[in-house]
Amino acid sequence: MNLDGTPVTGRPAPGQCLRTWIRASGGTAVKKGCDTGDCGACSVLLDGVPVHSCITPAVRAEGRTVTTAAGLGTPEEPSPVQRRFAEAAAFQCGFCTPGWVVTATALADEDGTVPDGDIDRCFKGNLCRCTGYRSIRDALAGRANVTRGGCGEAFGASVAAPAGARVTTGREPYTLDMPEAGVLHVKLVRSPHAHARVRSVDTSRAEALPGVVLVLTHRDSPGVLYSTGRHESRLEDPDDTRLFDDVVRFRGQRVAAVVAESAALADRAAALVDVTYEPLPAVFDPEEARTPGAPLVHGDKDAAESRIAEPGRNVVARTSGEVGDVEAGMATAAHTVSGTWTTARVTHAALETHGARAWVDDDGTLVVRTSTQVPFLVRDELAHVLGRDPAGVRVIAARVGGGFGGKQELLVEDVVALAALRLADRGDSRPVQLELTREEQFTAVPLRHPMRVSVRLGADTDGRLTAMHVDVLSDTGAYGNHGPGVMYHGVHESVAVYRCAAKRVDAEAVYTNNPPSGAFRGYGLGQVMFGIESALDELAREVGLSPYELRRRNVVVPGDDLVVNGPPSTDLEFGSYGLDQCLDLAEQALAGTAPAVPPGEGWTVGEGMAMAMIATIPPRGHHSEARVVLDPDGTVTVEVGTAEFGNGTATVHAQLAAEALGVSPARVRLVPSDTGTSGYDSGAFGSTGSVVAGLAVQRAAEEVRRQLDALGGPPALGRLEGQLSATGRSDGRRRSVAFNVHAVRVAVHPASGEVRILDSVQAVDAGVVINPEQLRGQVEGGVAQALGSALQEEVLVVDGEVLTRGFRSYRTPQIGDVPPTRVLFARTFDELGPRGAKSMSEAPYNPVAPALANAVRDAVGVRPHELPMSRDRIWRLTRGEQR
Amino acid sequence: MDLTRVETHRFAVDRGDLALRPGEHVLAGGTWLFSAPQPDVTGLVDLTSLGWAPWEDLPDGGLRLGATCTIAQAQQAPWPGAGLIRQCADALLMSFKVQSTATVGGNLCLALPAGAMIALTAALDGEVVIWTPDGGERRTPVTDFVRGPEVVDLRPGDVVRAVDLPAAALSRPTALRRASLTTHGRTGALVIGRAEPGSVVLTLTGSVPRPVVVAVPVGSPEAAVRDAVADAGARVGWYADPHGAPDWRAAQTARLAVEVCAELADGAP
Repeated sequence: MNLDGTPVTGRPAPGQCLRTWIRASGGTAVKKGCDTGDCGACSVLLDGVPVHSCITPAVRAEGRTVTTAAGLGTPEEPSPVQRRFAEAAAFQCGFCTPGWVVTATALADEDGTVPDGDIDRCFKGNLCRCTGYRSIRDALAGRANVTRGGCGEAFGASVAAPAGARVTTGREPYTLDMPEAGVLHVKLVRSPHAHARVRSVDTSRAEALPGVVLVLTHRDSPGVLYSTGRHESRLEDPDDTRLFDDVVRFRGQRVAAVVAESAALADRAAALVDVTYEPLPAVFDPEEARTPGAPLVHGDKDAAESRIAEPGRNVVARTSGEVGDVEAGMATAAHTVSGTWTTARVTHAALETHGARAWVDDDGTLVVRTSTQVPFLVRDELAHVLGRDPAGVRVIAARVGGGFGGKQELLVEDVVALAALRLADRGDSRPVQLELTREEQFTAVPLRHPMRVSVRLGADTDGRLTAMHVDVLSDTGAYGNHGPGVMYHGVHESVAVYRCAAKRVDAEAVYTNNPPSGAFRGYGLGQVMFGIESALDELAREVGLSPYELRRRNVVVPGDDLVVNGPPSTDLEFGSYGLDQCLDLAEQALAGTAPAVPPGEGWTVGEGMAMAMIATIPPRGHHSEARVVLDPDGTVTVEVGTAEFGNGTATVHAQLAAEALGVSPARVRLVPSDTGTSGYDSGAFGSTGSVVAGLAVQRAAEEVRRQLDALGGPPALGRLEGQLSATGRSDGRRRSVAFNVHAVRVAVHPASGEVRILDSVQAVDAGVVINPEQLRGQVEGGVAQALGSALQEEVLVVDGEVLTRGFRSYRTPQIGDVPPTRVLFARTFDELGPRGAKSMSEAPYNPVAPALANAVRDAVGVRPHELPMSRDRIWRLTRGEQR
Repeated sequence: MDLTRVETHRFAVDRGDLALRPGEHVLAGGTWLFSAPQPDVTGLVDLTSLGWAPWEDLPDGGLRLGATCTIAQAQQAPWPGAGLIRQCADALLMSFKVQSTATVGGNLCLALPAGAMIALTAALDGEVVIWTPDGGERRTPVTDFVRGPEVVDLRPGDVVRAVDLPAAALSRPTALRRASLTTHGRTGALVIGRAEPGSVVLTLTGSVPRPVVVAVPVGSPEAAVRDAVADAGARVGWYADPHGAPDWRAAQTARLAVEVCAELADGAP
């Protein structure tokens, strides 16, 4: 094989696919997104013909020419297609980008553009989870969206992401893009039972296989109970998980780990681990789970010690409270509505699966390179679980290939760390790597919490709320990671955004023997808002008001308390307020476009809207410490411990530093997160990359600027004898609120159940906009992900068994599934955020599903109560009407 | 993905090479085989080196598609009308990048309800040509070859050589309609109609576990078409998997059949 111009000697293994042969030969531009030919991240040109290298037998490439994205151009001299992708900002995490570049190259004209007309079909084999595809369409069409940003024009400009040239040419090193020689590989043995006691594990057959170096089971597991979910305080999640347990609580739970000299060998050996199980009664329905007599998932745990609300009732967390008198409010209401809404399990579908590599350095430091949103929290918990001093644990996060909350968990790091320590004890210093398969992403790692949300509303004759009752049941699955947090957050801003004298919220997060649920973009708000915003829409119909006007009469405004079901929040404030603008912007934008004309016979049209509030920072503190260094040559180095996973914070940090120091963002160099060198950072979750880490960067840069000014300002730069540097900190203690309003016009075809989006608008209040193109991209990406969960995505689980085990049976939105969304910005200035900015990366997801449901209701006269609103469900919903 | 149990790969060069040893499996394009773990496969016998022509004209004016003909090559074959093959290729979930490797024979042998090459060849009265291990050959209609999801009429040692499409069917006008849960997603129901004198031959796939053929008289009222489809589907049972609920699939199949009949009626002289 000739790989990107270099001859590769040696032969592939008989059953090897081209993807792994390329990577073993050093070609790390090809990525593993699915390994099943569905996502396109591994696309290469084989003698000029584009193929998915993961489903191409490697032997077919012998004697032929293979071109990856790295062979098409370099960061210095990108190909026309690569230049288009960088100029259009057609990537966020960038993990899928090399595959797009290769595919587009096969179809592009000489100028790097791909003719329009057949794009939806041609690119159905390339998935992108981050962008929502608009910017990719721009790249294919040759439209540029970014600037390099000159001196003094960094902040507020659409500055290009610093990694653009590397990402588009396949040079950006993601977590596992490291040399493979001498690396050991882990394969996990997983439970076929939903609930069982592990009676025995016989590892002898596996250990006898030449090349197998270690097998770990519950006998090797530290006794420490912990949670895979990670927060600034480890007390937020229940301690209910062991590294390997002798009780398994869901199908797919890990039982043992085989470490071998190749991934193939580890896979073979894993099948030779003989496990004897004693099956236990299991419970899959969350309502049943909290009913007396149900099998107990964590009945063996101590409530206080593990921080589980009621282990004897499978309840991991609960809240119940009332302000005012809800029943009186309902009794006096002129209008009442009620209903129950449900949401499905959804997978994050970050294109990069979970993966980590660990080794022990010569000085005894345990080093873990991992794809995580929270490197410092992983470090601290590894130290806790493995009984080590955190100073002896170092966690490195390279650019992360998408997260969406899924990487706010400790899912692979503990296994490779334990294995590396065991091997080091025997003097074996080889790195140990674990890379999950896509199937494991569906079956063995957390998914979005499915919820049942019941809402009752009362209003007076003017449409002012007199009572609000929300009852939530959340299925946290077999483990409680993020179960409490998602439940509390889910009912917080969704309820607090409405001013109502009588509110009651009852919520429980319940264990079942289903796969665990976990953190997912929006962190519970999207599920609860689907119910509340649908009920509000129904109320507007009852009262005879527009849904916008109903909101205007009921939403909180600065000066109001933020109340859920108890005393008002004390740590949330209106650092700015743009909800009024968002309502106006969305309403006017939708009204200003084409009238509602059905696309053909048999279609009906409708409009809908929904809104969302979100806190800009998670509660109870979020810390960041950043260091900014100015060199005499004008180069600025920013060291910050948060992770870049497609959220664009690297760009924002470069902009903030450049703005403060009056240099071009191109002069700013960012050092990736490394707990060994970076200052502490709570991590990239809760949309904190800009407002917490960014604020720390800004403060550090401003301090350096003061030092420079004291020496005479920028002209003094050339005369500096050494570096100037400063450290900035922020603690996230004061938190603001951000707003989103989504409005859509849809056409519904009852006979097929198809919902077609005719117009889609989202108005966002993100404070001062740091980078318009990047913000637009975050909003579009959030909307696209929400369209997926609203209309088509669903992880099907029957009796605890996942039926949708890959992208082929799970409908991640393709380019042809995502229509354009117009993104509008409110004009506000936030008193708390960096230079007036607010966070905006989870929030755009939240109002989309209810907006769509409300539009479907408008179109067909029947209200959807269930997500996803798949074509078969919409067909069934409307069947009564069409006949 | 890597097939971790596979220890041998050999390129077949003549028919004698197709005698499989224990654990061996034939390999055509490989796009499905390499997309899932194959714990029982220890050896691969590559058919692509046999040099089978992608397509050949048959003496009676029919068309033979070789088992190793890729979906991309099939679209270049001399079809009387190229519309149907293109529609069927587009109906596949796989991208054009996979179509340049995936084969017609592979799609038939995989026997998925959504297999669009099954739909195509069943709708054109195709016959599967099977090489038997004794050196002989047998032929079976596509509609009998595919017996159910991932179940085909192949005995140990059998290898699919080709699918033959008779001239009579190739020359007839056709219409295709498709429903799926997403616009470019996997087929949930697919109906191909072939206009014959006096009747429309409907081939139903996607919504049923195996291809079902039902003929309705030309000019049948809509209700009669719906009833015929409902009866035909009920005989084999409407298929359920993550790509659509069975009640929806039944309704879509009936709706699409009505549309297909209407299109063929419009085109009739």
